[in-house]
Amino acid sequence: MSQIAGARTIVLRGRKVVGGRAEGEALVTRGAVPGWGGVNPVLGVITEVHHDLRGVSFKDKVLVCRGAKGSSGWSAMSHTTRLAGTSPRALVFNEMTAKIALGAVVMRIPSVTGLDRDPLEIIETGDWVIVDGDAGTVEIRKTHDGRSG
Amino acid sequence: MAESVRLTDREKAMLDGRQGKARQKAMDLLVRYADALGAERFVETRNVAGVPGSANPFLQNHYRDKGAGGHDAIFSFFDLDSDELVEAPPAAVPTCHLQGGADPLHWEALGMAPGVFEGHQAREAFAASRGVQMLKTCTPYLAGNVPAKGEHCAWMESSAVIYCNSVVGARTNTEGRESTSAAMLTGVIPDWGLHRDEGRRGTHRVDVELPVESVMDWGLLGYFVGDFVQEHVPVLAGRYGRPDLVRHKHFGASASSSGGVELYHIVGATPEAETLETAFSGNTPVETFRYGSAERRATWEKLNANARDRDVDYVMLGCPHAALEQIQEACRLLEGRRVSANCRLWIFTSRAVREMADREGCTKTLADAGALLLTDTCSAFAQAVPPGTKVAALDSAKQAHYLPAILGVQAWFGSTRDCINAALTGRWSGEAP
Repeated sequence: MSQIAGARTIVLRGRKVVGGRAEGEALVTRGAVPGWGGVNPVLGVITEVHHDLRGVSFKDKVLVCRGAKGSSGWSAMSHTTRLAGTSPRALVFNEMTAKIALGAVVMRIPSVTGLDRDPLEIIETGDWVIVDGDAGTVEIRKTHDGRSG
Repeated sequence: MAESVRLTDREKAMLDGRQGKARQKAMDLLVRYADALGAERFVETRNVAGVPGSANPFLQNHYRDKGAGGHDAIFSFFDLDSDELVEAPPAAVPTCHLQGGADPLHWEALGMAPGVFEGHQAREAFAASRGVQMLKTCTPYLAGNVPAKGEHCAWMESSAVIYCNSVVGARTNTEGRESTSAAMLTGVIPDWGLHRDEGRRGTHRVDVELPVESVMDWGLLGYFVGDFVQEHVPVLAGRYGRPDLVRHKHFGASASSSGGVELYHIVGATPEAETLETAFSGNTPVETFRYGSAERRATWEKLNANARDRDVDYVMLGCPHAALEQIQEACRLLEGRRVSANCRLWIFTSRAVREMADREGCTKTLADAGALLLTDTCSAFAQAVPPGTKVAALDSAKQAHYLPAILGVQAWFGSTRDCINAALTGRWSGEAP
């Protein structure tokens, strides 16, 4: 099923959160993504002191995470990334909360949850990922051949 | 999952634009949000807490550059996520404004330029002209907005949300800027999560194996709980004194900062947790954590992880905004002494509580000690500390969580007494519990 020689393609199926289609390089955290006070939205960088992605930019990535946490400023922070041009291209997550739902809506990026396999087990940072929000699918082109999944 | 949220005739009328353009845009946002959640319907609310019309410098510049500057532009494009400029109508249901970025009396101390302060005043006047109650606090429950048990609310501010759900027994998800402004115009919010009985059942159990008494103890326990259960619903059982309002305030603010806790149950102490069984309501705990002296110590160390220098430049109290009793306690601990010349002591509270503190004589006592009582904001929110601050001391785990990330300062976390001592001596002498 792969179209790229030497790479494997995996498709996960879930449900639409926000429609649309986008692709990009995965940025994966097993943790939850903080909101206001843990992200600099103008730079698109996570700043929370104890976060495993501290100092890392999510701009133009397909952000793969457990969910959202922290401040109720999550949506306003996300919304600001859209205005600043630092949003991720798409969002794939496991745990639905009001914060991440509203944040995905106002970022207006294809977003999917409720996948049939755990995306945190299958997607690695650097994989090429295609998110189809309307179909609720996530297509993963592995760059680390044969590692996980 | 192509199913969409079901609308009542009233909601359809709003979505069709029969109640004006702004309500149409508000309803459109709420439908997109409800569909993202997978909600099947809306609930009506008459208690909204948000930040309608507010704007940080980035938003002010962004909308000024778009040539559509002004309050309606920010309200349309940001609050309602609309692509079309609409005129903001008055709030349809009681709506209060949470904390803001300026202090109306001491804005200069926050390092704010006059033009910036005028902007804050203009945005406040805009919201007030739409009927928004300008409580300007993260603790609306200390400033006149105490919901009824079971009441459906649409609140922002994670520390207020967790208090509303857990201590009052009212029902709200952690709403955001856009959903609260839309609820203010429509009086509805998606019926999902904590609005529903099944969303309020405990999921994780925390066995508290040491006495939890002081405000600092509760702050530490909250930070531990949030870290371990993340956005789930913890049920606490075990050894603790019955927490009062201030202890709940610090516990909840901590748990909603280290994690995303929006509701907790404390057996025998919160309204939906008369017993362990009612707190779980049939759920089997996903996991059980124990909290003993090793966990308390590790939590304290995590909160103090970036603090190295014991010379303290700045002590901040009042996160979440101080209750009157906390201001009185600070006055007592100061005992007529003066804050060190090398240190500043700022205490943040709401306008309502400050009014009482003024009449109690607390504001003057603090001023005589060289301390400052501020309102409406805090250091993290205003991104303002006294000039030259490198090391701060805090009695709030929430503020200790945020301030180093936001301003890059070192932060000591300890008891209120540790903090007042630091203010008086300019030295941190707090120790791990």
